[in-house]
Amino acid sequence: MRYLPLTEADRREMLAEIGVASVAELYRDVPEAARLPGPIAGLPAHMGELEVERMLSAMAAKNVTAGSAPFFLGGGAYRHHVPATVDSLIQRGEFLTAYTPYQPEIAQGTLQFLFEFQSQVALLTGMEVANASMYDGATACAEAVMMANRTTKRSRAVLAGNLHPHYRDTTATLARFNGFEIVTGAPTPGGKENLESRIDGATSCVVVQTPDVFGHVHDLTALAAACQAKGALLIAVVTEAVSLGLLTPPGAMGADIVVGEGQSLGIPLSYGGPYLGLFAAKEKYIRQMPGRLIGQTTDADGRRGWVLTLSTREQHIRREKATSNICTNSGLCALAFSMHLTLLGEAGFTTLARLNHAKAVRLAEKLGDLKGLRILNDGFFNEFTIDVGRRANKVVNKLAKRGILAGVPATRLFPDSDGLTDLLVVAATECTTDADMDALARGLGELL
Amino acid sequence: MTSATTISGHQGLQMDEPLIFELDSPGSSGVDLPPPPKVKSRLGAVAARNGVGLPGLSEPEVVRHYTRLSQKNYAIDSGFYPLGSCTMKHNPRLNEKMARLPGFADVHPLQPVSTVQGALELIDTLAGWLKTLTGMKAVALSPAAGAHGEMCGMMAIAAAHEHRGGPARKRVLVPESAHGTNPATAAALGMTVEAIPATEDGRIDLPAFKAKLGFDVAAVMLTNPNTCGLFEREVKALADAVHEAGAFLYCDGANFNAIIGRVRVADLGVDAMHINLHKTFSTPHGGGGPGSGPVVFSEALAPFIPLPAIIHDDDGYRLIETQDDDDGTALAFGRMKAFHGQMGVFVRALAYSLSHGADGLYQASADAVLSANYILAKLKDTFNAPFEGPCMHEALFDDKSLKGTGVSTLDIAKALIDEGFHPMTVYFPLVVHGAMLIEPTESESKRSIDQFIATMKGLAERAKTDAASFHAAPTLAPRRRLDETAAARKPILKWKK
Amino acid sequence: MSQIKFTKDHEWIRVEGDTGVVGITDYAQHALGDIVFVELPEVGREITQGNEAAVVESVKAASEVYAPVDGEVTGFNEALVDEPAQVNADAEGSGWFFKVRIANPAQLDGLMDKAAYQTYLEGLA
Repeated sequence: MRYLPLTEADRREMLAEIGVASVAELYRDVPEAARLPGPIAGLPAHMGELEVERMLSAMAAKNVTAGSAPFFLGGGAYRHHVPATVDSLIQRGEFLTAYTPYQPEIAQGTLQFLFEFQSQVALLTGMEVANASMYDGATACAEAVMMANRTTKRSRAVLAGNLHPHYRDTTATLARFNGFEIVTGAPTPGGKENLESRIDGATSCVVVQTPDVFGHVHDLTALAAACQAKGALLIAVVTEAVSLGLLTPPGAMGADIVVGEGQSLGIPLSYGGPYLGLFAAKEKYIRQMPGRLIGQTTDADGRRGWVLTLSTREQHIRREKATSNICTNSGLCALAFSMHLTLLGEAGFTTLARLNHAKAVRLAEKLGDLKGLRILNDGFFNEFTIDVGRRANKVVNKLAKRGILAGVPATRLFPDSDGLTDLLVVAATECTTDADMDALARGLGELL
Repeated sequence: MTSATTISGHQGLQMDEPLIFELDSPGSSGVDLPPPPKVKSRLGAVAARNGVGLPGLSEPEVVRHYTRLSQKNYAIDSGFYPLGSCTMKHNPRLNEKMARLPGFADVHPLQPVSTVQGALELIDTLAGWLKTLTGMKAVALSPAAGAHGEMCGMMAIAAAHEHRGGPARKRVLVPESAHGTNPATAAALGMTVEAIPATEDGRIDLPAFKAKLGFDVAAVMLTNPNTCGLFEREVKALADAVHEAGAFLYCDGANFNAIIGRVRVADLGVDAMHINLHKTFSTPHGGGGPGSGPVVFSEALAPFIPLPAIIHDDDGYRLIETQDDDDGTALAFGRMKAFHGQMGVFVRALAYSLSHGADGLYQASADAVLSANYILAKLKDTFNAPFEGPCMHEALFDDKSLKGTGVSTLDIAKALIDEGFHPMTVYFPLVVHGAMLIEPTESESKRSIDQFIATMKGLAERAKTDAASFHAAPTLAPRRRLDETAAARKPILKWKK
Repeated sequence: MSQIKFTKDHEWIRVEGDTGVVGITDYAQHALGDIVFVELPEVGREITQGNEAAVVESVKAASEVYAPVDGEVTGFNEALVDEPAQVNADAEGSGWFFKVRIANPAQLDGLMDKAAYQTYLEGLA
């Protein structure tokens, strides 16, 4: 077995040192009835690399990949080009096979890139502080609501109807078991929701996404003021991090907490995970923040270095009084995100954002010419919603058979909501070519 | 002793590396993008922002930056990492290669189900492995990490109690030696936590535990093998008592590596257990994540698991995302995260499972336990072992033998750094004074373990005469001890101009 | 002449008329190590004997500070917000935490005086 260094001779020698005759004796504290006499039944025996590759490659081959088709899906996960440097460098063993940086003297690599990551996320979101990441955007959103509840000592959260439904559901799951209340609106494909009217003196926070799940871009300034007037926090959600290269960041519009999904930078689609939860806030709320924080300090020789800090918020110290039960972050994904952003730099990142918007505008122009199709958005970044005048999921399935991955039917996102059957959410990124757009326009034109 | 000073700040292969912000060449970029086509902006009401403030670096500078940072990290690839409770085993590169197959890596989570049959098959296959290895009825794959899995398991328990009706059950019993995530999880779900005392031999005090049981107890959260590295011998009796009281037995699966392939937790009376794929199934820790924490469930809890679920029938694989009587998901609770789980981690875990097979796993857990007992046997005359062996996959020592030397557990840890080892877990579990928890895993050669043992013995000897050298340690690492007090008093959490 | 009393949880209270000044003992600050943060009760909060009134944190530990008596908080030591190290430097003087209007002076009788606390500490060693 290639992963096991001990030889039979080693094992005999070690057993002798311990003073037992067999490994079975080491398991003597396990109830005898529960000890298996040999390898567990029902599972295959070990395989060589070649066999494993063959088996898994056969499974992989059954999937249609994003890169093999004209591709227009978004809805919280976006196809972007990842520079070769990113995937190569994150596979350096010193990054890949390191643990949480509990021993800072021999983890400065991880600590420094996480400090850089925190700095980048703070800049992107326009916030004062950011943590070292959460599991994904949806869990970051749920944790932000819990943080707002703690901060305001209130327990009713208002969720925008156009918040990504997975974020809403993840928050609702926590609400059900934690015992806080959520007030959630119906999805509003037209993009105009009146959230201000739902805020009252018992509201802990308002959660609003921009661009929202239908692609509408929102100015949060008035909402932020309305929240502040009632003592509630404004939580802004961003599921497409690239949008922050072009749009006014939530921090500049008065958000108290910004959470988001970082998958767009450096992280493959990977059928939904692992992704990267972004979490940023105003500095005054820092003691209520969940997750790891990296801080700058000096070593015994006065040299600059980094450590995990403000750990008394966390479960390994505070136990039942911790701000969250989270014990990991999304370290390697944070590295990929940070590295991609470092490669892009100011010039590259802002260009990438403009490129995404331009591609989406061009797609809107091409689709807007089609008969029987209507675009719902006034403003959008790289994703918008179209009314195809018939069941969108059927259209998507038909186009999939023709080798086009056309977008996300609104009913896939909101299976329980009425009035959304004909809506399709489409996204374009720097990966989308004119030929892809023409293929979609042609396909839709033939079906509508 | 202070570190050597050089003109450049570098020290041989150890490069002094500034922050990316200090390497900024305005206008530089490591990515060449085409100029965006000229279009009429359709951003709507929101103004375009005026710059972000990111630094600009060329590709060679970026490569060098991260390469230099990597060289400041300890890693399993470079040395022995006996971090108890963390299962730092070898991370096979085959796993990485498989996760990067475009058929897995380049697939969108909301694609039509007909276009992702292979992805669903992979998840379902892994689910089958996890159920067979534990003997359990159902598995929820979406939790993103161990603590997230705990939350999932405890939510299922709360949902089951709610469904049964009856008086509220809000008490959760947790051994004193438990991971901090256990009480944090219970508290996040509005439950109150009570500690179960331990006996002299490091295990649950069964009579004391039974005295705490009652019809207001929702669950017991048990780590088994426990955090002292010992198997809870009376787990069956404990499980029976828990069930008799109408409560559920939650098992923290952090230490599954000791028993994988040799003991099925279903046979121990467990109702739910999370499995850390990033520990037991060799997926990389990546400096603190991403993890993956699937949860296996007994028959009693199987209806109460989160969505999404995967169903395999004549039509192929289906993804169930909403509650539905026909699919048997009427009692399921909602999402734990966006989409369907940590797919990239699943691929790696399945590659590992297939590579080992049932026979390899049977041997792997045995080697992990053998190596830990070998360390216990070789070091128990040098350091004090608070509990009698045999241990499972971790050997636990306290700081009794260091008393009077002026050398603490932390000092031993820092001295190990200079010796080229990653320190063991220190000061955990809390029930042992100055704890040193050593988990070698099955991935270490005997040569490597022997070198560690010899080093530990040497350090114990030196501690008797030269405490000062310990207090200065580490002196050979990229940094000496860092001032954590200053970091916490005046937090600097981001770069500032 | 002010009266100082001590609790088994290592708080002290100095009685000045109907007000008590509360802090943690020198023994407690020493056991905690470098203090990095204190969370103090807001003015007007009603506190009850034995319940959490403040939190004191070192790098690796967070400890509750329990109210030695019932009463209403009338002030707190603002200097500690920026300089928590004051607790290490002078725990039983300038490192005080908060002031409380004592609701039930009889509760003071149940606390230890300096000599009794010393004896109690010796018993812990």
